[in-house]
Amino acid sequence: MNREELESLALGERERASRFSCRFLCCAGTPCLSAGGAAVRKALEKAVEGKNGNSSVEVMGTGCVGPCSRGPLVTVVTPGEEEHTYEKVTPQAVPEIVEAHLEKGVEAASVPSTVSRDSSFFTKQQKIVLETSERIDPERLESYVAQGGYSALARALEDMTPEEVCEELVTSGLRGRGGAGYPTGIKWKQVRGAQGERKFVVANGDEGDPGAYMDRTLMESDPHRILEGMAIAAYAVGAEQGFVYVRGEYPLAAERLGKAIRAAERQGLLGDDILGSSFSFRIRIRMGAGAFVCGEETALMASIMGRRGQPVPRPPYPAQRGLWNAPTLINNVETFGSVPPVISRGGDWYSRWGTDKSKGTKIFALAGKVCQTGLIEVPMGITLREIVFDIGGGIPGGGAFKAAQTGGPSGGCIPASHLDTPMDYESLQELGSIIGSGGLIVMDESSCMVDVARFFMEFCMDESCGKCTPCRSGTVQMVRLLEKIKGGRASAHDLEKLEELCELLKATSLCGLGQTAPNPVLSTIRHFRHEYEAHIEDRHCPAGVCSMPH
Amino acid sequence: MAEVTLTIDNEKVSAREGQNLLQVIREQGIDLPTLCHLDGLSERGGCRLCVVEVEGSSRLAASCVTAVREDMRVTTASDRLLRYRRMLVELLFAERNHVCSVCVMNGNCELQSLATRFGVDHLRYEPLYPRLPTDASHEKYTIDHNRCVLCARCVRVCDEVEGVHTLDIMGRGVSSRIINDLNQPWRASRTCTACGKCVQVCPTGALYIKETLSAHVEKRPDLPRRIVDARKKRVWNS
Ligand SMILES: Cc1cc2nc3c(=O)[nH]c(=O)nc-3n(C[C@H](O)[C@H](O)[C@H](O)COP(=O)(O)O)c2cc1C
Ligand code: SF4
Ligand code: SF4
Repeated sequence: MNREELESLALGERERASRFSCRFLCCAGTPCLSAGGAAVRKALEKAVEGKNGNSSVEVMGTGCVGPCSRGPLVTVVTPGEEEHTYEKVTPQAVPEIVEAHLEKGVEAASVPSTVSRDSSFFTKQQKIVLETSERIDPERLESYVAQGGYSALARALEDMTPEEVCEELVTSGLRGRGGAGYPTGIKWKQVRGAQGERKFVVANGDEGDPGAYMDRTLMESDPHRILEGMAIAAYAVGAEQGFVYVRGEYPLAAERLGKAIRAAERQGLLGDDILGSSFSFRIRIRMGAGAFVCGEETALMASIMGRRGQPVPRPPYPAQRGLWNAPTLINNVETFGSVPPVISRGGDWYSRWGTDKSKGTKIFALAGKVCQTGLIEVPMGITLREIVFDIGGGIPGGGAFKAAQTGGPSGGCIPASHLDTPMDYESLQELGSIIGSGGLIVMDESSCMVDVARFFMEFCMDESCGKCTPCRSGTVQMVRLLEKIKGGRASAHDLEKLEELCELLKATSLCGLGQTAPNPVLSTIRHFRHEYEAHIEDRHCPAGVCSMPH
Repeated sequence: MAEVTLTIDNEKVSAREGQNLLQVIREQGIDLPTLCHLDGLSERGGCRLCVVEVEGSSRLAASCVTAVREDMRVTTASDRLLRYRRMLVELLFAERNHVCSVCVMNGNCELQSLATRFGVDHLRYEPLYPRLPTDASHEKYTIDHNRCVLCARCVRVCDEVEGVHTLDIMGRGVSSRIINDLNQPWRASRTCTACGKCVQVCPTGALYIKETLSAHVEKRPDLPRRIVDARKKRVWNS
């Protein structure tokens, strides 16, 4: 396929879609499917059969819409009319919806469409990476192409040199979305400049933070976007082979990526001589096996090579010596997902969003004690208050916001007094937290911060690979100390020991897991020291979570 | 290779570019403690005892996996470092069942001597007392997991020097354990050549030759380096 053929494929698909007098878009992401989305889709297909001559009505699966806790979601698109999105659709409600839209008119619907696009849940978001997610059938390449898919790759291959592609990424200010926020363009340049007969590109889809599902959603909703981002990266750094490392618990993501890779290869968008150029690039999928630490880049590479998934000291960095000792570019799935818009619309355009040092948009998985949970994409620099109260609709049951945990087990909490903090890499770091990969857990007064710290510390203990002493053995001791505090059995001396262990792990651990494991403890001590003291001195848990001796 | 000049504990030192920092520090006569490092084996960077301060870097560097650089300023024994090392040794003691008085290595054990060196005379951390097995099925050797510090010297010598890779690590975190082949009794191992190298490099009483008496054990942790030198440089010296 060449560029013209790509364009005509897009045109053909858009024309096909415009022929339908009515389209039922069923969200086919994991949250909607697990709420019964597959049965709803079947019921829809059955209900439209024979109606309106059938052929002019389409039922299709799409990527994620966002308000995941309200699924299954069905959006009805009728040309020239307002769109309607129905929530918590059951197979029983389907005939009503179909009848209303195909026969009686929407006003007659006894099932109200309750997801309003004018609500601040949608209007406060800025969707760049997820822009087309809910319009795309993740299982059909044409559907992605119709939304402009692969045109960024075509542009890069035909109009830009690899150096220019790297430069565009530098201009965009895009920083790695996997947690550390390393500037993507600079990393690409390093891999491009590294000496090596062959090079590799790896997409990190191991996503293991509790409560986070940004990357799963992207891989499930828009798999071709990841592949396109990787192909652009491969062209920029000079790689011919890529891997997507998918977390073992994400079978649907792997299945859709697999389908997408085969479809792209058939169309000459991956494989040899892509889009008629001399550039060749292949992608293979590797599945994780349930270890959080395999998200760490050196452990991830070990796992890809069939070794024990355990970190090794850096340097050498993957960019110098990675897979099979070849220079390797590792980026997060969301980072790759941000690449096509940067290339098609330009780095300058992308850098219009965000703050001085944190550009663009970030996807968060909004969870916990907030009225509207779900997957959101917001401009960097938005305040936590806007996320929790405008997008999330505030705390349910009139409760009070207590804190939000960002960055999962490597991050920390942001207390109510800092609700107006802009969400960017630097501001959060100053507060003792991190943007992280995008998990955002809202807590109200019913959460005990010591309990929260123990939860994350236990997670790190369970996920420690065991290679280095401080993390392997220190996390166990820290969990024990936190349990002692929770049980009202601790002394002020125990708190000191805990803080000293935090210092040890930060300073001496081999990899990021151990180095950042103390963060939840440190940040809860920093912002909620009085709660620790209440447990220790008064044998009292202010939130009433921990059981204390009488 | 180019020469570089660096500063170690306020002394100017010259070294070859890219040389291992631990090696350079030891060449200065500084007895930097290590547990997982062993001359002749690949570096693991696991025990973290050899961490040092490098000026200008907020993180400590494990010297065994750090290359020397021009103008590097290294501190090997600040109060903070000594405190961390002591904590690491304490954590190792708390992790398994190190009852020295009934150990064959009592008096010759590297962990024990680290404890003496850092003045660890009691444990500030809660001992975990894990229930761990001892595999005495091999005709010559015993592995007692209660005394293992997971330095993986045995794993590396078996793989890199003996070349058979009988030993490896199973599990993760604090439940990591050294295994033979696919976690079989040692006797059942079809790859083990009974060479005994693993026993010779073990820093504690986790691996020992059967029927040895306490205080009579002398291990040969210098073995890997001698063998590697013999193979590569064709020299055999001590
Ligand atoms: C314990 C640990 C777990 C990690 N897990 C992930 C992960 O699941 N996904 C990810 O993209 N990066 C993860 N990272 C970060 C990666 O090591 C790496 O920095 C990242 O994939 C680089 O991509 P980026 O520059 O696009 O962010 C993890 C790091 C650590 C220390
Ligand atoms: S910090 Fe933890 S996860 Fe990382 S190498 Fe050390 S033991 Fe393994
Ligand atoms: S005796 Fe030799 S071959 Fe057998 S496990 Fe030990 S080092 Fe490996």
